[in-house]
Amino acid sequence: MILLEMFFRFFFVGMFSVGGGLATLPFLTSMGEATGWFTQADISNMVAISESTPGPLGINMATYIGYQIGSQHSELFGFLGTLIAPLGVVTPSVIVILIVSRILMKFRNSKYVEYAFYGLRAASIGLISSACLGVAKIAFINSEIAFSTENLLSFFDYKSIILSILIFIGVTKLKKIHPIVFILLAAVAGIIFKM
Amino acid sequence: MKTLFKLFVTFARIGGFTFGGGYAMLPMLQKEVVEKQKWATQEELMDYYAIGQCTPGVIAVNTATFVGTKIKGIPGAISATLGVITPSIVIVGIIAAFISNFQDLEVVQWAFAGIRAAVVALILSSIIKLAKKSVVDIATLILFIVITLLSFFTDFSPVIFVISAGICGLVINLSKAKMSKEENNK
Repeated sequence: MILLEMFFRFFFVGMFSVGGGLATLPFLTSMGEATGWFTQADISNMVAISESTPGPLGINMATYIGYQIGSQHSELFGFLGTLIAPLGVVTPSVIVILIVSRILMKFRNSKYVEYAFYGLRAASIGLISSACLGVAKIAFINSEIAFSTENLLSFFDYKSIILSILIFIGVTKLKKIHPIVFILLAAVAGIIFKM
Repeated sequence: MKTLFKLFVTFARIGGFTFGGGYAMLPMLQKEVVEKQKWATQEELMDYYAIGQCTPGVIAVNTATFVGTKIKGIPGAISATLGVITPSIVIVGIIAAFISNFQDLEVVQWAFAGIRAAVVALILSSIIKLAKKSVVDIATLILFIVITLLSFFTDFSPVIFVISAGICGLVINLSKAKMSKEENNK
């Protein structure tokens, strides 16, 4: 019964959070308050773990919380929770996109759709650039230190900046190499140089 | 059956190496979906991203569903979606069950500092590739710069940016079409 309720509650989270994984956060918080299934501390652990593991944020968060809810009953329910919560979150997306892509295929040759996409694509790159700036801010700036001319070297994380420049040169020059290779190399470099 | 399996495996590889949310998937999507498998063009990928911003749910899943349904209909959409979420479920499930202080381990923090630096470089190179196709004139350049800054410095929902950019595109092109029509009539 709890598993079914879980599926539907996560289904609603997926249905109402527009704009990516982090948009599910307020809905998960209010789910915790409404059901008592998990605490605010669980939520901050959830965010920390989701950001330190590969995969889409929204899915990582649902999987983690799904385990916390289920495991209060039994280990088996904990395991089932890791399946049911993420499946609940993705179901509305899949349904909506299936409908949207049908509509899109029908009107693909309409000039009005083409006109709108001319603007949409520029917006899409703008949003991606802003996300890139967000990651750069976390990666390159040491937020615990106030900016001043004397501590420039500790304010900017120079190791990360150098690594980033090297990788950028690598991707631009060596087009055949898969992004996975660069990500793995960067993880190793991070451990060796204690970044 | 073979295509469905390929969709699952390709999207599992993408999901397993996406660090830092849906946007960080972009370099992987370009490599796997556009360059290797040729399942979609750069332009289509961007359309999926723009629509994924305005529809409910996780962007990575929205994009996987789009590509899957284009290649193999509803079964394709389901394969690609299950692929992109499987690594998360396995990895986060194991960590939730067995490792209580994973995110506090020093090694993990060091590795992720390195990965973040790589993600910035990889996304930047993807942005340059995409911009060549979509930032084609003054109007799109202005839209691109304004939306980058507004979205970075304010808390407006991405939905607002996508919808207003769509309207701008429509208005600009309609007035262009009208002007060239008047030119012809003279």
